Amino acid sequence: MFEGLTKTIIDFFSSLFLSRKNLKMGIYGAPNSGKTTLANRICKDWIGTTMGTVSPIPHETREVKIKEKVEIKKGNKKLTFNLVDTPGIATKIDYEDFLKFKMGEKEAKVRAKEATKGVIESIKWMDNMDCVLVVVDAVQNPYSQVNLTIIGNLAARDIPLLICANKMDLKKASIKKVESAFPQYRVIGISAEKGIGMEDFYSALFKLIK
Amino acid sequence: MLTIQFIPYNQIAYLDSGEKIRRLLREVKLNKIILMQGRLNPGEETNLIQQTMEMIDETFKGIEICTVYPESNDALGKLRTFFLGSREGVTVIGPASVVKEIKRNPNKIELLTSESKEGRPIKKSKGKKR
Repeated sequence: MFEGLTKTIIDFFSSLFLSRKNLKMGIYGAPNSGKTTLANRICKDWIGTTMGTVSPIPHETREVKIKEKVEIKKGNKKLTFNLVDTPGIATKIDYEDFLKFKMGEKEAKVRAKEATKGVIESIKWMDNMDCVLVVVDAVQNPYSQVNLTIIGNLAARDIPLLICANKMDLKKASIKKVESAFPQYRVIGISAEKGIGMEDFYSALFKLIK
Repeated sequence: MLTIQFIPYNQIAYLDSGEKIRRLLREVKLNKIILMQGRLNPGEETNLIQQTMEMIDETFKGIEICTVYPESNDALGKLRTFFLGSREGVTVIGPASVVKEIKRNPNKIELLTSESKEGRPIKKSKGKKR
């Protein structure tokens, strides 16, 4: 409790005196919610490169990845940030799940081990973020404990967040379910893969970081 | 056989975060499903996930966890929950090898456990009004 209080005081004074040159924007969510796809979409739209590989196999991103100085523009406004793509947060990892994707046992076990480290790294990085994009799979039940834990932690740390209801191009996707699960937050419906809803998304980013 | 262990709030209220998490994980590793009165604070939830990740191996696959609780909208309530946790609501934690999935909607928790002999998942519901 004492550590938490000390950190809060340090954060308060840091925010008063430090410039926001190195603004860190984290991308958080459950595995396979589309975090790296969104990171790639942002990078492709504004700097013409991608950030990481995407895969239907869970835990494809197992290390935190940073793209520095991503600059987005809207009219005469400019926003520069370091984009931080994080491994998906999960409460369970079973190497046998990877075997279903025609992976060898040895490779599956290595991937599972790396995935557990990735989850820990993701959580540790949460404290360093200035704002966070929480990517929620709009096809799945939004009330997953991972979503609740991520959002609860960000709220407790007063880190501004934007909820991205991803995969809106799919038939079963429902932004209403996501909105009703998190009524106190702004929810933007997007398809990071198809580039749907990105104009609204970028407008929301400018509002998120004032 | 499925063991469900109830942990009342007063059994863990005075434990520090580390002790609380160790206690919960100790029970879960014994293949018990924990029904805990109240909820962990957000920091404890992430610590629980971190420690679970550190324990994962070929036999222990992790946990399924779910909480239902009334929302506290006033600032004092939020602060109290952040630092002290809350006795309101209920938390269900089970080993991932036993609990396949926990589905939560605002008013109930559905627990899907390992397949029964008939090949169908056993479904248990725990209702909780917000």
